[in-house]
This record gives sequence, C-alpha cells and structure tokens, in this order.
Amino acid sequence: MHVLIYLLMIKQTAFAIVLIITLTVFAITVRKLVKLFKLTKPAFPVRDIGRRIIITLKVAFLQTKILRKPVVGMMHALVWWGFLVILAGSLEMVIDGLAGTERVLKFLGVVYDIIIASGDIFALLIAVLICAFLVRRLFMNIRRFTGVEMKHKFHVDATIALSLILFLMITLLGMNTFYILYAESEGSVIAGTYPVSSYFSGIFEGTSAGSSHLWHEVNWWGHILGIFFFANYLPYSKHFHVFMSVPNVFLSNLAPVGKMTLMENVTKEVRIMMNPEAEYSETGEEGEAVPERFGILDIEDITWKNYLDSLACTQCGRCTSVCPANLTGKLLSPRKIVMNVRERMSVKGNGMIKNGSDWNDGKALLGDYITAEELWACTTCNACVQECPININQPAVILDMRRYIVMEQSAAPGELNQIFSNLENNGAPWQFSQEDRMMWAEDLYINKPAG
Amino acid sequence: MEKVRKKVIVPVMADLAAKGEKPEYLFWVGSAGAFDDRYKKVTRAFIKILEYLEVDYAVLGTEESSSGDVARRAGNEMLFQMQALMNIELMNSYEVKKIITCDPHVYNSFKNEYPDLGADFSVIHHSRFLAQMIEEGKLNPGTEIFKGKGITYHDPCYLGRANSEYEAPRKVIRSVSSGITEMKRNRSFALCCGAGGGQMFKEAEKGDKEVFIERTEDVLETGADIVATACPYCMVMITDGLKYKNRHEDIKNYDIAELVAMSLDL
Repeated sequence: MHVLIYLLMIKQTAFAIVLIITLTVFAITVRKLVKLFKLTKPAFPVRDIGRRIIITLKVAFLQTKILRKPVVGMMHALVWWGFLVILAGSLEMVIDGLAGTERVLKFLGVVYDIIIASGDIFALLIAVLICAFLVRRLFMNIRRFTGVEMKHKFHVDATIALSLILFLMITLLGMNTFYILYAESEGSVIAGTYPVSSYFSGIFEGTSAGSSHLWHEVNWWGHILGIFFFANYLPYSKHFHVFMSVPNVFLSNLAPVGKMTLMENVTKEVRIMMNPEAEYSETGEEGEAVPERFGILDIEDITWKNYLDSLACTQCGRCTSVCPANLTGKLLSPRKIVMNVRERMSVKGNGMIKNGSDWNDGKALLGDYITAEELWACTTCNACVQECPININQPAVILDMRRYIVMEQSAAPGELNQIFSNLENNGAPWQFSQEDRMMWAEDLYINKPAG
Repeated sequence: MEKVRKKVIVPVMADLAAKGEKPEYLFWVGSAGAFDDRYKKVTRAFIKILEYLEVDYAVLGTEESSSGDVARRAGNEMLFQMQALMNIELMNSYEVKKIITCDPHVYNSFKNEYPDLGADFSVIHHSRFLAQMIEEGKLNPGTEIFKGKGITYHDPCYLGRANSEYEAPRKVIRSVSSGITEMKRNRSFALCCGAGGGQMFKEAEKGDKEVFIERTEDVLETGADIVATACPYCMVMITDGLKYKNRHEDIKNYDIAELVAMSLDL
C-alpha cells in the first residue's frame, strides 16, 4: 500500500513539473505574440458583442461556412465537435494528474456518462477521419493542396499535426480500454460509459491486472504529454488554427464584404485640397507629425486583424480554389497572400523586436514576398472571403498593397493610370467629355398604353 | 391594347431645381450607362420603365461624374475620395434622399462606403426596385415573349456576395419567363465575370485563360438561350465571352431591365 502511495506522489510531482514546463513555454510564446501584435496597426473597434457571439456560434461552432463543401465539411465538423467533447475529458486528466485522483468528475453522474461516452465514440471517429485526411493529403492529388505557396515544409507540418491528433486519439482509446480492464480485474466500479473502448477491452480480455494498469498509465501519459506537446507545437504550425480560429471568427470584420476601409489620413489631405483655407485655420500649426504611409509596404503597415487572419489560417486553400484569377492560371493565390503575411511577420517582426524598430533586412512584404503581378490580378470579387470557413479577409491586404503601389510608388499599370487621368479630367474612366453624358437620352421613345 | 409612341424627355435635376421642384428619386446613370454603347440601351430600357410607372425621378445629366469606385479598387484612394466628396456635395445641394442605379458597383459604394464620408441618402439597385414594383402589382410583365426560351442568370459580385442580393433579380426574371436554368456556380458560389477591381480597363495578368471565358462556359453549359445580368461590367464581359465562343448569334445577353421593357413592349 505504501508503495502505491509513493508511486502516486511521484506521479503527481512529475505531472506538476511537466505542467509547469508546458505552461511556461506557452507563456513565452504568448509573450512573443503579444509583442508582434504590438507592431501592428489598429483595424476596427471591437463593438457589437452580441452580433459577434451569434457569428461565432454560427460560423465557428456550427461550422456553417466549411459546410459549403458538405462532405469534407462534415468530416471537419465532426472532428471539431469531437475535439470540444474530448477537451472536457482532458480537463479532468489535468485535475487527476495534479490531485492524484482518478476520474474525478465522475460525481457528475449522467452528464459524466454522456461526455465520456461521446468522447469515446468521437475518439474512434476522429481517428478514422484523420486517417482519411492523411490519405487525401498524401495519396490523392487534390488541387486545393497544391500551388506555389504549398512548399514541402507545409505538407510536412500538416502531416505532423494530423499524425499527432491520430496519436492522441489512439492513446485516448488505449487509456479507456485498459482502464476498463484493470477496473474489472480489481472488481471496482467503472466510472463512465465506453461504447467503443468496452468493445476493444473484449479483444484484450485476459490481460493481467498489472499489465492493464501499466498500459493504462502508458496511454494516460502518452495522451496528456501529447496534448502538452501539441499545445506548444501549434503556435509554430499552420495548426495554430486550433487556437486562433474561434477568436478570429469572433473578431470578424462586421462591415459588408464589399466595403473598403476609409483612409482617414487621405480624407484630411483631400479636404485641404478641396477647401484649403478652412482646413488651415482648423489645424493651426502645420507639419507637426510625420505623414503616415499610405497602404501596406511591409509588416509594420498591417493591422492586427491582418496578422490574426494569418495566424488563424490553416492553409485549407478554399479561398484559392474559388479565386477567378487563380482558376484561370494567374499568379494570384489568396492563400499565399495570407501565408506571406505570417512568414514576413516572423522574419521582420521578430527582427524588429530583437534589434529595434529600425531594423530592416532590405526586404519587404511587397516585392520580395508578394509581387505586383499577383496583386493586380485580383478582381475584388470576394469569393475568397465568402469561402473562408473562419472569416479571413484576403482582399484587405491585397487592396492596401495596391494603395501603396498607387499612392506611394505611383506604379500602377499604365492602363490604370490612363483611367485615373480620365477620371480626373472628365469624370469617367473613358475619354468622353462630361458634356456628352446625356447623349444616351436622345431620340428616346416609349410605347405607352393609350388613354 | 392600343398604344401610342411618345417621346421621352428625361428630366434633369438642375432644370427641376430651377423650377423649385424636387423629384422623389435620383436615377444615377453611371459612366457605363452614359457612355458604353451596349449599356446605354439598358439605361434607355430602364428609363422607359420609370416613365411607364410614372415615377417621379430625375438624372444629374452633365453634372454626373464617376462614383470613384473603380479608382478606389485600383488603389487610388485619393481620387476616390475626391469623387465621393464632390458627388456628396452635389447631391446635398439638390437634397437628394433616394437614389436608384443599375450599377452594383455604384450601389455598393453609395450604400456602404459613401456614408463614411458624410453621405446621407438611401440607394436602391434597379433589381430590387423592379422586384418591389412587381410585388406591389405595379409591374406585370407577361411571360409570353420569352415562351420556350431558356434563361440563366449571372450574379454580379457586388450585388450578390457584396450585398447579399440574390433573390430580387431572380424574381424579376421569373416574372417574364417560366423559370431560370441556374449555372452550376450560382448565388454566393457564382464566378466573377472578371471585370471587377479595375480589371475591366486593363489587360489581364498572364494566365492560361480569361476569366470571362471561364464564366461564359458556365453559361453555355446551361443550354440557355438568354443570359441575364444586372451589372454593366458583367454585361460587357459576358457579351465578349459569347462573341469569343461564336455564340452571340444564338445566345443573347440582356439586363433584367431590358427583359422587363421587352416583355411590356415599351
């Protein structure tokens, strides 16, 4: 008996140490992220909390947008819903690990049975679905998983993340199976209901009480260490999605998708141009502030939402798969734009944090990561925005980079410069005189009912 | 029914203002509506409907200028805001409260973007206006003229995805026909015609196909005799696509306003 108590104490202590390490590493990552977010610009004030909650429930929890592709969408939805249920079980494991208890939440009774039983079923379901995802990714030639931006390392990342989830599900089922076996051999009451694992326990019938105990411990530790590792692997993976997608949906841009953001620094200049005297008297002293840069050149010009979008993106490629430019062979891929933002932030953002905000590697997001050719291929049709399962706004970055090209570099394609000057001179994109704006109305007749 | 041919004198805002009159609606013609040869016909068709309904409206005429939408999407925020502030000033001077337009890009910009710069008017796209008139029983176009014709509808991005208006244009089409043969990509799944974001005015980037051809293939797949649109850009692109496919003789591209005007024999 004493030996058991000692073992339990060792387990508790070991668990506490591992948990502290996990949380510390995670805290360091969060601190780094906060610093990176501090480099970004304001996007929009976060208001309308009620509306945001409804959007989060619909888009994140009910998966309305990913279900636009019903089959694969449902596969993802099942994994996600299963994840939520299993998360409750993981919470119990943390309490058990720290307190030296076993299945501490069993006092919840029927609720506990429901959570544990659905977690048990979902574990098998998720394992099967993850295998299907691995097969899709590795052996089926799915266009959505290809493209210039889908470098080898991103496929490796995806495979690691999927394999880790598979490992977590197998250990969860293993844990449940051997829990049943040793509880049976000890003659103690089995807490929870296990529709899947009780079937597996039948297969391992006859395993000695000692071995069952050992295998339970192995799977328990495997599962919880797997979760801890996963949690700290995610922030450096495309699967950061797991943490960031719900906040990203909650922090969606609530403006209609067709609305572009107003550049207030431009409004100021335009008003001065249109009415110089009035504005001067209002502003008083001139030239007190350094003029703000128009549009996006590099990472310091993006908003926190642009960056959050990039962290939440899991590279599913639904945006690119519906992009008219991409479908017709142009260079533009909305997914690449989002991925480039994250890549550039990790290079330049971290560089700036380390070496001061003046640090520069002589490169920029515009030009070295994203080319003008990609940006000019966008038709602003918003198909990417419509399709993104977690409300990422790809055109926001594209259009702000166009603004930099046009207003800071004066480097728009020639034909567009032509329409700009037409608009300035005669108020239309074509070279027609404003005086001719009523010519369409000449010789217009209507057949009216008599009387 | 007996009909008489009557000349239409399109009322202009400045003339009405001189007489101290204020029309209920401003009809925003748009640059394409005023200058594009094909789209001028749509403007004329819609004016006929306004006249038929005896709507109290006027146009800005030679005072109208670009909404600036294309400049904004091509990255020229400065030019957009200049156009917008100028337009708002002009419309305020006429105390404009309600605007109708056939152009989803203008509609989107007026509805969603102009308020940021102080605009205070409501805007309605002609698809919604026509649908309302049909609902209210003021417009009763018959299905006779398009009997036996298959009709499909191309959703403009700035009407559909940008402003969630999928039903009004369909309602209008159903009022003149026996139904719509949908393309495989429709409503929020619709493929862009390829003209938005300034593309209309420049060569496409290097690729292996033009977007408007990809979309025209969707049209051809339906086997429809008529493809209806509700946007000047889409009109140009789909018409070009049909020509490219050498199908412009047997497949016609009409705006929903033209379908109504034809059905009513205006």
